Amino acid sequence: MNDRNHLGNVSMTHEVRIIENGLLDIPMLAILDADGTVYPQAKEPEIDQQLAVKMYHTMLYTRMLDERMVAAQRQGRISFYLASTGEEAAVVGSAAALSADDMIMSQYREQGALAFRGYTSAQFMNQMFSNRLDPNKGRQMPIHYGDKALNFMTISSPLGTQIPQAAGYAYGQKLAGNDALTICYFGEGAASEGDFHAGLNMAAVLNCPVIFFCRNNGYAISTPAEEQFAGYGIASRGIGYGVRTIRVDGNDPLAVFSATVKAHELALSASQPVLIEAMTYRLAAHSTSDDPSGYRSKKEEEKWRLKDPIERFKVWLLNKGWLKEEDTEQYLKEVRSDILDALKTAEKVPVNPISDIVEDVYSEVPWHLKAQREALLEHIKRYPDKYPKTSGEVGK
Amino acid sequence: MAKLNLLQAINQALITAMTEDEKVVVFGEDVGHFGGVFRATSHLQEKFGKARCFNTPLTEQGIIGFANGLAAQGSVPVAEIQFGDYIFPAFDQIVNETAKFRYRSGGQFSCGSLTIRTPYGGGIAGGHYHSQSPEAFFSHIPGLKVVVPRDPYQAKGLLLGAIRDDNPVLFMEPKRLYRASVCEVPEDDYSIGLGKAEVIQEGTDITLLAWGAQVEIIQKAAAMALEDGVSCEIIDLRSILPWDAQTVAESVMKTGRLLINHEAPVTSGFGSEIAAHIQEQCFLYLEAPITRVCGLDTPYPLAHEKEYMPDEYKTYEALKRMLNY
Repeated sequence: MNDRNHLGNVSMTHEVRIIENGLLDIPMLAILDADGTVYPQAKEPEIDQQLAVKMYHTMLYTRMLDERMVAAQRQGRISFYLASTGEEAAVVGSAAALSADDMIMSQYREQGALAFRGYTSAQFMNQMFSNRLDPNKGRQMPIHYGDKALNFMTISSPLGTQIPQAAGYAYGQKLAGNDALTICYFGEGAASEGDFHAGLNMAAVLNCPVIFFCRNNGYAISTPAEEQFAGYGIASRGIGYGVRTIRVDGNDPLAVFSATVKAHELALSASQPVLIEAMTYRLAAHSTSDDPSGYRSKKEEEKWRLKDPIERFKVWLLNKGWLKEEDTEQYLKEVRSDILDALKTAEKVPVNPISDIVEDVYSEVPWHLKAQREALLEHIKRYPDKYPKTSGEVGK
Repeated sequence: MAKLNLLQAINQALITAMTEDEKVVVFGEDVGHFGGVFRATSHLQEKFGKARCFNTPLTEQGIIGFANGLAAQGSVPVAEIQFGDYIFPAFDQIVNETAKFRYRSGGQFSCGSLTIRTPYGGGIAGGHYHSQSPEAFFSHIPGLKVVVPRDPYQAKGLLLGAIRDDNPVLFMEPKRLYRASVCEVPEDDYSIGLGKAEVIQEGTDITLLAWGAQVEIIQKAAAMALEDGVSCEIIDLRSILPWDAQTVAESVMKTGRLLINHEAPVTSGFGSEIAAHIQEQCFLYLEAPITRVCGLDTPYPLAHEKEYMPDEYKTYEALKRMLNY
């Protein structure tokens, strides 16, 4: 056994020195200004027209989907929705830098990443209407997407649980010799959970190829970032755990893309975690269950509207000659009708058969669940009018 | 056939599993080079390398979170929680993640390959925090399996059964038997399927039911009762979730009496579930109330450990009351 020295990299001082926030500067990578021009000192990432337009379209698509589904919730057609308005660049810009083999473990505001991977309007709707075409079998609230074919892990509501899981998933990818990593999304609020600290520490110690992507959008429901943590953002914690860290303008799709390309390369080549803190703003409410006017001013929101990630990207694409003004109109028209058609179709598709209620608890249905299912079906038979959704299936 | 203690049997099971399947990965606090605080993972790192048997930082929620991700990826994690008393930081990961992974994803993803090993139980002068028997909490989590072996033979077979089972399993090891329990254990590979109780002694007057380290307690009580001419049927439940109600009910229909012994506090212990279910199934067969001989509803005491324990004498007394009811 080798002798160890845990003081090996500790220097010495002979006066009491207090180490404070501010000694460490973590600048924010910015490439595209809010007006859509590239900062003079900045370098555009290597990106071609096809990918850039796909990113732009995905961001637009996400915004359209969000608008339509918030309305659908208001109309009572779905129970719940959660929009990502204002954060499209953070999510789509990072997803665009991944390979299709990389696993995405998201929090719940990453519909843009799923859309980028090719999730269709019909697939979004099947999940949100909990119908029998949802591969997750309609067992979770709207927006808890999951699709194995697209390497997108099914979302769970508890915050931060995906963070140590991402470390484990990435460790498994490394062990299996896969040339792929895991990206794990979460918000600055979730970074207060113990799982964040456990996950980053484990990933660093166990050399897991994982990108931890924090959307610091300023709010956890109503709690502002300044009431969430006193440290220098989330990025400073990465340094504390020995995780390479990048802070980036989350409303700048080019900066997010560049940062994630670099993180991807580092994580895979050196088999280690990288933390990205994307500074953005949740222009939307937390979900359809809250009203931001109760905790922040319109004026504050207006300031951030001027930093809209989609607008600035559009200007950049127009200036590059990669996009024409009328293309956007045409795309929006197509997308709106695609989303609406999918919604109308999905809401008519029935839910899974009632017998499915005990499936997938275990790999096989055990005796007690068989008995409980049998008793339930008997009961529904006796009170068909009380269980109209399923009584048609059970006969008389 | 070699005589092994319970730790050696577990070690052998892990070696068998790791040899058979390179996807099996063993980790936890101090399990690496040191081989675990009880030495259950001795020499695994030497044999299989640091990538497959390693120390983790001291974070139970991290260990199980990591294990969940690793299982979902397709590896076969065997995660150790050093003491059952310290599993609670991981409770959220187990309740909301491990157990629901398959259901919530419609079977697209699962933690079915995960086994969580943890020592539990008293009798080692461990006080509040090295003695608890928390199986009842985990019996209330659909999607999880909970298994407790009573001796080295069972430990090897059930652990291999747990690792190979396509469901997440909490494998609770009776730590006071780690070195105390010794029996013949085949070197060959064998596994015991989960969910089946075992009738280890047939009898006609009363059914005694326990699991883990308490099985030997009810065996001792049965020996005392035999002196009085009482014939006890002894069942080791082995699996807490899902549990084998059929074997227990069949026995109770024969004997007319059921005594349940567990170390955990009596209130809301797993004995309560068994009692409720068996009275539904066997109401007209019962000659005496179903009786629980369990730990007190106190934190696990140190100085009065012996008095706290549901030992053979308390069991024998309860058994006599039931026969004279």
